[in-house]
Amino acid sequence: MRILVTVKFVPDLQSQRSFTEGAVTRTGDDGTMNELDENAVEAALQLKEAAGEGEVYALTVGGDDAVAAVRKALQLGVDHAIHVSDAAIAGSDVFGTAKVIAAAVRKVHDEAPLDLVVTGMAALDGLTSMLPTALAAELDWSQLTLASGLTVEDGAATIVRHLPDAHETVAAPLPAVVSVTDEANKPRYPNFKLIMAARSKPVTTWTLADLGIPAEAVGAGAARTVVVDASPRPPRENRVKVTDTGDAGTQLADFLIERGLA
Amino acid sequence: MSTVAVLVETRSGEVTQPTFEALTLARTLGTPVAVWIGAAPEPAELARLGVYGAEEVRVVPAGDDARVPAAAAAALGAATQDAAVVVMVSTFVNKEVATRLALATGAGVVVDAAGAELVDGHVETLQTVFAATWNVRTRIAAERAIVAVRPNTTQAIAGETPGAATLVEVGAELPETREAIVAIEPVPAPEGVPLAEAPVVVSGGRGTNGDYTLVRELADVLGGAVGASRDATDEGWISHEHMVGQTGTTVTPALYVACGISGAVHHRGGMQASGTVVAVNIDPDAPIFEIADFGVVGDLGDVLPQAIARIHEHRAG
Ligand SMILES: Cc1cc2nc3c(=O)[nH]c(=O)nc-3n(C[C@H](O)[C@H](O)[C@H](O)COP(=O)(O)OP(=O)(O)OC[C@H]3O[C@@H](n4cnc5c(N)ncnc54)[C@H](O)[C@@H]3O)c2cc1C
Ligand SMILES: Cc1cc2nc3c(=O)[nH]c(=O)nc-3n(C[C@H](O)[C@H](O)[C@H](O)COP(=O)(O)OP(=O)(O)OC[C@H]3O[C@@H](n4cnc5c(N)ncnc54)[C@H](O)[C@@H]3O)c2cc1C
Repeated sequence: MRILVTVKFVPDLQSQRSFTEGAVTRTGDDGTMNELDENAVEAALQLKEAAGEGEVYALTVGGDDAVAAVRKALQLGVDHAIHVSDAAIAGSDVFGTAKVIAAAVRKVHDEAPLDLVVTGMAALDGLTSMLPTALAAELDWSQLTLASGLTVEDGAATIVRHLPDAHETVAAPLPAVVSVTDEANKPRYPNFKLIMAARSKPVTTWTLADLGIPAEAVGAGAARTVVVDASPRPPRENRVKVTDTGDAGTQLADFLIERGLA
Repeated sequence: MSTVAVLVETRSGEVTQPTFEALTLARTLGTPVAVWIGAAPEPAELARLGVYGAEEVRVVPAGDDARVPAAAAAALGAATQDAAVVVMVSTFVNKEVATRLALATGAGVVVDAAGAELVDGHVETLQTVFAATWNVRTRIAAERAIVAVRPNTTQAIAGETPGAATLVEVGAELPETREAIVAIEPVPAPEGVPLAEAPVVVSGGRGTNGDYTLVRELADVLGGAVGASRDATDEGWISHEHMVGQTGTTVTPALYVACGISGAVHHRGGMQASGTVVAVNIDPDAPIFEIADFGVVGDLGDVLPQAIARIHEHRAG
């Protein structure tokens, strides 16, 4: 079983997240691997372990600091790490990012065929959940997205997809792009041995030239969407906090009534 | 005015409220036409779409095979060849449909939009990001635009000259897809308004200890839907469909009441853009209070019954 997992470097949810000139401020200090990509790494490791053989690659696309995302994946137990970085990628929209990831996937696939690409269900900064679909389309592979369950057998993958109106079971031939939800599994914690081993593992770095992508095909210039303004929302004003001494329920109701909400 | 296509969402054959919101928004961007993928609409639904400004309802006949995103995108594409702008409701499935359609047409896509307008011939959207702590305005630079709008961010208003919409059947061969749907197990529809569309959401977390009676009762008196934190759905106290948050349902009701919920950033990301936020929590330091317009430090077992009684009393008097 050969699997590539995509992992994104995102600002820590607990940090003061912000924009600088229309782009997300990303620094090594308060950035991490997207939490939902832990589920993707876990799914890949479990499939490899169940198969008893195979290799798992972690791939990230992002600036210099983004290497932290694949380092984290190495600590969790993946075998290989790839960091695609190029100044020309900055400002890419989903489609530009998908183009870059697809080219990197093909490069790995050409060396020895991959069975699956596993992604998270959303990156907790952009949160579009569009990338997995764009990647499947770009690669022209099967698309099995939002999997809360995944099995691979006889050259095909089957997922369970929990949608608001129905639980679907969907099957498709390999190779496939699978996005897993946080219901799919419980991610493991890195253990000391793996953390130590990860330190000495190499990270392969590719640029756009290595992938044969012209700079103008991606990045801000090629983006179909452009952030024209970003501003912090003012905090809620006139907040009230009461401690219950016997009548807070009534106060709460009166607040709702006064606002015309009850 | 150019054509703006709106993808219709239905539940049990009836058009959903967010579709009317999308149509209302579409009227500000051009001339709206509705696109209906599935079994042919009942006349009453055609009429309702007309009331909200759809001059035409383009029907692409399809069955369950249109549940595959690639097939749905092909159907939508066939019905929207003349539309510079396509508007839809922001759901996980529609985000996938939008992505596929955009790859076919070159459109730029914004999902989870809270509004859109035309500026110098381009669609610009408004979004709240980073758990609703930032406002972002995005210009769709591409010639075609796809905007997926969040429920409850535009008020649905009937058109000024409501007329019956004409039905136009679009003959489209759905493509063979690699993906095959092997089984569909329907989820029973929730009673009342679905979470994402509800004007009021009352949520319970770990602090309920698994007893949702009071949370439900408050939701009922306020005419709202019941939500939950992930800890509560993980415990199996309430089904996953009720989960509010970044990985669950994102809600933007006029009123959000959090009962026994600490306010973890993952939860806040799914509710922070709500109109008024009320929190009941025994821990005075719970982070939920940082974003609550009205916070009660107290036991929900004491506070909720009293609030419910007071609302009943107010209504009676
Ligand atoms: C606040 C914000 C709003 C944005 N809005 C838009 C928009 O409206 N339209 C648009 O086209 N673009 C938008 N972008 C740009 C878009 O986020 C990036 O192109 C991004 O790399 C892919 O989208 P996502 O972060 O939403 O990923 P999602 O689709 O939410 O991510 C799903 C999975 O894809 C994988 N993945 C995503 N990005 C990477 C990466 N760089 N490296 C490795 N794996 C990755 C991860 O496994 C992740 O779990 C926005 C970005 C931000 C920060
Ligand atoms: C990748 C990832 C994604 C996640 N996505 C989501 C998501 O989408 N949605 C989500 O909700 N969570 C999500 N989580 C989980 C999230 O981080 C929190 O763990 C969760 O929201 C906590 O739920 P809670 O507030 O009910 O429980 P707790 O954090 O345990 O809080 C319970 C609160 O109840 C209060 N309380 C106890 N008893 C009473 C009482 N009698 N009366 C009043 N108050 C009382 C306590 O003071 C406490 O503040 C995610 C986590 C991860 C890692």
